[in-house]
Amino acid sequence: MPIAKSLRAIGRRSINSVWRLGFATRFLALTLFYSGTSFRRFHLTVKEIFSSGVMSLIIILVSGMFVGMVLGLQGYETLKRYGSESALGSLVALSLVRELGPVLAALLFASRAGSAMTAEIGLMKATEQISAMEMMAVNPIARVVAPRFWAGVISMPLLAALFSAMGVFGGYVVGVVVIGVDEGSFWSQMQGAVDFQHDVMNGVLKSFVFGVAVTAIALFEGFDAPPTAEGVSGATTRTVVQSSLAILMLDFILTAFMFRGA
Amino acid sequence: MPTQSLVEIRDVNFSYDQRPILNGINMSFGKGKLIAVMGGSGCGKTTLLRLIGGALKPTKGEVRIDGQVIHELDMAGLYAMRRKMGMLFQFGALFTDMSVYDNVAFQMREHTDLPDEIIHDLVMMKLHAVGLRGTHHLMPTELSGGMARRVALARTVALDPMLIMYDEPFAGLDPISLSVVGQLIRKLNDALGATSVIVTHDVQESLKIVDYVYFIAEGVIVAEGTPAEIIASDKPYVHQFVHGEMDGPIPFHYAAANSYAQDLGVNV
Amino acid sequence: MERTTLDLWVGVFVVAGFAALVVLALKVGNLSTYNVSETYQLQAHFQNIGGLKSNASVRSAGVLVGRVTSISLDTERYEAKVTMSIDKRYQFPKDTFANILTSGLLGEQYIGLMAGGDDKMLQGGEEFKKTQSAVVLEELIGKFLFNKADSAQ
Repeated sequence: MPIAKSLRAIGRRSINSVWRLGFATRFLALTLFYSGTSFRRFHLTVKEIFSSGVMSLIIILVSGMFVGMVLGLQGYETLKRYGSESALGSLVALSLVRELGPVLAALLFASRAGSAMTAEIGLMKATEQISAMEMMAVNPIARVVAPRFWAGVISMPLLAALFSAMGVFGGYVVGVVVIGVDEGSFWSQMQGAVDFQHDVMNGVLKSFVFGVAVTAIALFEGFDAPPTAEGVSGATTRTVVQSSLAILMLDFILTAFMFRGA
Repeated sequence: MPTQSLVEIRDVNFSYDQRPILNGINMSFGKGKLIAVMGGSGCGKTTLLRLIGGALKPTKGEVRIDGQVIHELDMAGLYAMRRKMGMLFQFGALFTDMSVYDNVAFQMREHTDLPDEIIHDLVMMKLHAVGLRGTHHLMPTELSGGMARRVALARTVALDPMLIMYDEPFAGLDPISLSVVGQLIRKLNDALGATSVIVTHDVQESLKIVDYVYFIAEGVIVAEGTPAEIIASDKPYVHQFVHGEMDGPIPFHYAAANSYAQDLGVNV
Repeated sequence: MERTTLDLWVGVFVVAGFAALVVLALKVGNLSTYNVSETYQLQAHFQNIGGLKSNASVRSAGVLVGRVTSISLDTERYEAKVTMSIDKRYQFPKDTFANILTSGLLGEQYIGLMAGGDDKMLQGGEEFKKTQSAVVLEELIGKFLFNKADSAQ
């Protein structure tokens, strides 16, 4: 019976994914439990901040700049029809600070740093480095996973802030310098529209949540990757796909909570 | 028993997903000895090392190290035991994100509070022992296979373990590196007063250096003895293995469902 | 443990990240307009506030002098009670008009203050007596249509 067969396959897959989810949850809990080392020996975390945060700087800054420039251009074209070009500043800043900064920075972070984390840990496992560490009586979750986790969680809000700031600058360059929107109204409209607590801090909170999600997914996929070349490459792909989905879904949920009725 | 034994393996069975791997293994590794466990690929040698290291739990029987049953230890006890063990993995398993120096210093930094100067001296001594003091600033990817194996050896003995395990230490080495690594294993064992277990299928090299040999086939010990006894052995399996004959008790052909003629579609 | 160039880069990264946050807070956001100078509270009742929101600006002669801090319904009078905090540097006469105005045709609404000629100034906690509600576009259109119908008869 082909129907029964495919039903059975679906059932097996669902059970498998729930199983994996449970395993992932336990993995995250263990990571948090063994986080002491990441802070006691903070240079371990600093090293990982370098490889995930600092190494993502260029792509984040350049992308932020261009996204801001596009927003400036598109926003101007649309606002011009209603004669409210002066609102360009608030349009650029609000969309960056609330949405585009945290979300795009997280998506870039997932594909730049998240995939690298997965590949690195997957290869460490494939080349028995993780087993070697265990045989040396060193807990790999405390020594390898947790510092990377905290590095991601610390880097993500900083990267998102840099992305937004760079985007505002890009919008300023296109709107004020190139097109010639009045500089005073650009900044004052922006300041009138963007609230520090409501918009900026909520954006930071969002990027913090994305940081937790992306690094947790990346580390778990790396740790769970089959120790083969295909296994590691598959896990890397899954990291990018799953963290992108997670970012967008979480963004919807967080936005619904944060900006409800405002 | 003439010498006190460090590792006692008693009646160990192990199966993986109901597939039996080891079946009633009994071994005893005397203190200060260099022991080889030999057998063809997939006979359960690496599983045996994992059982000794506590990474796996026997289905039946027990592994005792220094009087303690490994699978009954809790996490802290197991980690305390592992600090007294060293293991050389098949391809070295050097940490690729650290320099040679940091690799050898890894355990000293993790497990001791020694000041940097002392760690520096210890690392240099360990690297000197394997003849690679000059590579301390290199990354593992910059080393040749044989050099990487020697660095891994230095890392394995970094904390002067009482039990050293080698998983295929000779795999993929050229003849010169091979005998260098072989000599080093013997020398380090004697210098540290440790007990060493080599899991290998490289008969010629290991027979030169070891004190005692176990042969495993299909999960059971088929032969054991000193190298001289093994070479002289007339058991068909050992004979085939030692002399590398193509056909013997271990068949060249994997059992097939159909006859050769049937598979080729020839009507006989 | 010694300092490495890696530490320098991470330090630069952290400083830049926090600097970006500060820029977002001060230059992009309105943190700079909070608590810069001391404020005092004034109230006003409006029959209809239209689309006025808390945090909307309070302007006099086009100059930003304060912000709306809270809006509630006064159930004694069934009117909107608007509380605003006004910069201490600016004082207003007792007979100042508070109007709800719109910037542009569809822009956001704000409170415009038109100073009167009284000698006495409003003190903290006091109320604007003279207010004018928001212009509600629907009502305006309704009135216009009604007039048209009237004059057509």
